[in-house]
Amino acid sequence: MPTSPLYALVDCNNFYASCERLFRPDLKDRPIVVLSNNDGCIVARSAEAKKLNIKMAVPLHQVQEIIDRENIAVFSSNYALYGDISARVMTILEQEAPSIEVYSIDEAFLDLSGLSTHHSLTDYGIRIRRRVQQDSGIQVCVGIAPTKTLAKLANHGAKQYPATQGVVDLSDRQRQRRLLKLLPVREVWGVGRRIAQRLQLQGINTALELADCDPAWIRNHYSVTLERTVRELNGLSCLEFDQQPPPRQQILCSRSFSKRITRYQDMHSAITQYCARAAEKLREQDGLARLVSVFIRTNPHSQSDPFYSNNACRLLPVPSADSRLLCQTALQLLKTLWKPDYRYMKAGIVLSDLYQPGCFQPTLFDHTESVSAKRLMQTMDLINNSGRGQLRFAGEMLGSGWQMQRNHLSPAYTTRWDQLPIARI
Amino acid sequence: MQLSIIGRYLRPPFQIAPPLFQSCVAAGFPSPAQDYIERTLDLNELCIQHPAATYFVRAEGSSMLQVGIFSGDILVVDRALKPSHGDIVIACIDGEFTVKELCTRPAMKLVAHNPAYPPISIDEGMTLELFGVVTTVIHSLSRR
Repeated sequence: MPTSPLYALVDCNNFYASCERLFRPDLKDRPIVVLSNNDGCIVARSAEAKKLNIKMAVPLHQVQEIIDRENIAVFSSNYALYGDISARVMTILEQEAPSIEVYSIDEAFLDLSGLSTHHSLTDYGIRIRRRVQQDSGIQVCVGIAPTKTLAKLANHGAKQYPATQGVVDLSDRQRQRRLLKLLPVREVWGVGRRIAQRLQLQGINTALELADCDPAWIRNHYSVTLERTVRELNGLSCLEFDQQPPPRQQILCSRSFSKRITRYQDMHSAITQYCARAAEKLREQDGLARLVSVFIRTNPHSQSDPFYSNNACRLLPVPSADSRLLCQTALQLLKTLWKPDYRYMKAGIVLSDLYQPGCFQPTLFDHTESVSAKRLMQTMDLINNSGRGQLRFAGEMLGSGWQMQRNHLSPAYTTRWDQLPIARI
Repeated sequence: MQLSIIGRYLRPPFQIAPPLFQSCVAAGFPSPAQDYIERTLDLNELCIQHPAATYFVRAEGSSMLQVGIFSGDILVVDRALKPSHGDIVIACIDGEFTVKELCTRPAMKLVAHNPAYPPISIDEGMTLELFGVVTTVIHSLSRR
C-alpha cells in the first residue's frame, strides 16, 4: 500500500544570532545583530533585536544610535562558524529522520512518509526539537504537514505562536484551514511580494482565500507554479522531495568593494581572488566549466561619479576546473573591459555551461585536462581546507585596500585550534 | 613580501597529455602481511562519542589540577550526555564558561577543586546552565 506523503520542515530560530550567542554566555539576554559582507547591512537579528524594531537589510549607520543606546552586540558574518554549526544540526536531523533535504543553511525538510502513525506527530516534533537544542545548542521550530508548502506554513505558525512550544502538526485538514485563515497570503511559500500585491488587489488576502481559488483560474491568470501552490495548500503534494540538492547550474562570485577601486592592479587582484574562489566552489561540486564571464561596474546610484558597467565572456575549447586557466581567461577578459578614471564599486565572475567529468565530448584535437593539473588542484584544495595555511595566486596579492571589511568578526570557535572558546578553571 | 620564480607555467592548450596507466602492474613477491592489514587507529573514535554534539574548549586557570586539567589543555565537551553526579562540566556562570565538578547530592552544587574557590550551590528556583560534559582532556607534554 503506498503511503501518503508527510513532511516536516525544521528551521533554526534566528540562526546567525544564535550561533554567535552559543559561545558567549555573557550575551544571554542582549540583543544581537549580524551584518552582511563589508559590514554594510543588517542580515540577521536575535529575538531581542527584532523586538527593538530593527529591520532586515537596513544599513548599519542608520541604526547606529539605537545600537549604542540599547547596547546591541554587533557581529560581522562569520560563515565558517555558521557553516560548521549548520552541518551539526543537519547531521542530527539525519539521525532522526528516514531522509532529509537540506533546503538552506538553517532549514531542512524531513520526509516522514510512512512514519508509524501510532506515535503522535507532535511528540515526534518535540523530540527532534529537544535533541537539536541539547546536542548542538541551537533552537529550532518544527512544522509537520502532508505537503512542503503546508509544512512551511506550519513552521511559520510554530515560530509565531509561543503556545505551540515550537511544534505545529498540520496533518489534520481542519487545523490546516484554521491556520491558513490566520496567515496573510504573502507568508505562503512561493508567493513573492509582487504576486501577493496582485492577489490582494483581487481580494485574496489570506492563505485560506488562496487555497480556495480554482486551480485552473490561477493557472490562467498567474502561473503553473502558483497553481501548484494552491494544490499544495489543499494538502495535495506536488513538490518532490529532493534528497540531493541538484548541482548548481552556474557559479557566481561577486562582491562590493569596501572602498572604490580606481587602480588596475587592485581590480586585477580582486578578479583573481574571485575567480580562484569560484574555481574552488566548482571543484567542490566536482564540476567543469566551459563559459567564463567577468563583469565590473561603478555605483549606479552615485550623483557625482560617471557610470560604467560592462561584461565579457569567453567559451573555453574544453570545460575546465583548473584555477590557472580560469584565472588567466578571466584576466584577459578584464583587460578588454577595464577603463581607467572610473571609480569601480563591484566586480564579479560567473562560471557557467557546467559539465560533470566525462560528460563532454571533445574533438580529436582538443586537449583535455591533464591528470597532473587535476592533482595539482586537489593538492591546493587540500592545503587550503586544512586550516593550516593558504595557497594563493600571486595576482591575488597585487592590490590592497578593497578587501572585505569584517570589523566585528567573532572567532572561528569550532574550526581553528587557536580560536577555541575559553573556559576558566 | 619576497617572491621568486620557481618555474614557468605552460598554458595547457599547448601541452599534449601523455596517456597514463592508472593501475600498477604487480611484479615480484606479494607482501605476506597483505592479508593482515587493518585500518589505522583514529583518535576521534576514542575521544568522541557524538561528533555532532562535541565541541572543543580551551581551559585557562589552575583550580582543577587535582582532576588533571591544566591551563592550556583542550577539553572535549559532549553536549549529548546527560550530566550526572561527579561529572566535570562546563557551566555558564556570570556570563562566563567555567569548568567545575557537578554534585547533585546531597544538594545541587558546582565544586572547584581548589580551596580558594568555594563551591557554588544551586538553590531551588535557580537555573543551572550547563554547556556540556567534559569527557576527555587533551594535555600536550611538549609546549612547542
